[in-house]
Amino acid sequence: MLEVAVQARLGDFRLDARFAGAQAGVTVLFGPSGSGKSSVLAAVAGALRPEAGRIALGGEALFDSARGIDMPMERRRIGWVFQDARLFPHLTVDANLRFGMKRAQGRGLAGPIRFEEVVEVLGVGRLLARRPRDLSGGERQRVGLGRALLSQPRLLLMDEPLAALDAARRAEILPFLERVKAGFGTPILYVSHSLAEAVRLGDRMAVMREGQVVAEGPLAEVVSRPQLTLTGSHARDGAALDGVVQGHADRLTLVRAGPWEVRTPRLEAAVGAPVRLFVLARDVMLALDPPQRISARNVLQGRIAGIEAQDGRVLVRVAGGDGPVLLAALTPDAVEDLGLKPGMTVFAVVKSVAVDGLGGGLLDALEG
Amino acid sequence: MLSDVELQALLTSLAVAGRALLFALPLAVLVAWLLSRPATPGRFALNALAHAPLVLPPVVVGYGLLLLFGIQGPVGAVLWRVLHVRLAFTGWGAALAAGVMAFPLMVRALRLAFEAIDPGLEVAARSLGARPLDRFLTVSLPLAAPGVAAAAIIGFAACLGEFGAVITFAANIPGQTQTLPLAIYAALQAPGGDAVALRLSLISFAIAIAALAASEGLARRAQRLAGR
Repeated sequence: MLEVAVQARLGDFRLDARFAGAQAGVTVLFGPSGSGKSSVLAAVAGALRPEAGRIALGGEALFDSARGIDMPMERRRIGWVFQDARLFPHLTVDANLRFGMKRAQGRGLAGPIRFEEVVEVLGVGRLLARRPRDLSGGERQRVGLGRALLSQPRLLLMDEPLAALDAARRAEILPFLERVKAGFGTPILYVSHSLAEAVRLGDRMAVMREGQVVAEGPLAEVVSRPQLTLTGSHARDGAALDGVVQGHADRLTLVRAGPWEVRTPRLEAAVGAPVRLFVLARDVMLALDPPQRISARNVLQGRIAGIEAQDGRVLVRVAGGDGPVLLAALTPDAVEDLGLKPGMTVFAVVKSVAVDGLGGGLLDALEG
Repeated sequence: MLSDVELQALLTSLAVAGRALLFALPLAVLVAWLLSRPATPGRFALNALAHAPLVLPPVVVGYGLLLLFGIQGPVGAVLWRVLHVRLAFTGWGAALAAGVMAFPLMVRALRLAFEAIDPGLEVAARSLGARPLDRFLTVSLPLAAPGVAAAAIIGFAACLGEFGAVITFAANIPGQTQTLPLAIYAALQAPGGDAVALRLSLISFAIAIAALAASEGLARRAQRLAGR
């Protein structure tokens, strides 16, 4: 597990960040540009020396100002995937991929990640003999990812690996990131300012603002906190739900999230596979009685867990049991007319559900 | 086609320039690499020292070498006593003088090449577990290959043409230290040597053209090596 507590002054900017990474899976370090995410990443990698604090990985201190520990970057065994890939231009793809692997082997750190497997998962087999200048942006990013993975790291850092790519390429790389996440078990610290990427890949999330971590926790829970306005636009506020595919019917897929059974557009996912859903707050209406003969496919019964007025609208949190939470954006009038109060039972009418994967439109919902 | 004197001067020039590069180029690579890194201590002093031959009159450099490496000099005396090696007034001495004069030119070309390398690549190499010497040999040096090629050609050409420092430190001994410019000078001093001087000058010109052609090929290969 990654533990970070760093303080640094960078010009006028003060960094004072404290958070923990997930044991496995993806921890998203989320925030607008200039919030200090990349500085935190550099400190974890060993490229930026904090003035004070402690960075530990699996209990071992990489940096500890109190004990005078500052492990050099080349000994930290942390893989770094750069926004600009940073492939060695004088080496072939094959030699780039093997660069870190050879050095790990030379130190007796033969890890579990095999060359053939990485080449297969990232689909770079036919690129091996090429030089980086002959690769597309997306291909470069895949090779950079493979190169970092093959150095047998204890943690993978990804610094907005999709930011330099256009939307089409981004959609092309995301599945590879998901395969890496699922296939290799290396924990990942993922820096991003894209909520779509975060919702799609993240398990845990730490939100940064002006050099500080203002919220952290399981991703679905952090995303659904109404006060954060993660995208900087109320129009795209919403809630993430973690569910499991229960079955398919015609053009629909049934997903169970806590007590709720949600119908989504057909997903290419096996029964039992975990999926993450995203529901925009403006796509949720609330009713006090079960609505009859209605076009919306999803009417979910829940309890009001919180009501918050914000910038001329009201965000109502609706919880299903102890589990998933939906956000509904209502007008103050509506809240008053219905007499909504915390603890009341309501029916959430969900107009549309975005799902990751094919045709789910998660990227469209969050970035459209 | 060439007379003995001319052939001798040509071969001496090539030998002096070749030997000069042998020691000066690796040293220039090291110094340029150190100068390209902001973390190097004493960068300013090192830079001034490396550039001194460029701003001093060549005769002064030759005289300085004589003071240092002459048989009575602090370095020369040790070399003579321990290794029985004498540099002053020898072919290797001519190479030393030529190499010292060409040194700043080579350092400048190399430093530009090292500074042009994206520092992010070195960070990437570090994150992949490469230690400093490893990074230098496998990342910085191959990427600076075009600069190394350019430095070698500039250095070789400068060594061929060096006059003042060579004649001061190594004298003008036919077959040993008499390079083309020294032979031309000697011919001009001798009565009726104009024709010899002209022929030697034409040889110098031919070498210059050949070196230029070679440099094109070398530069292209180096660019390929650096992946550009």
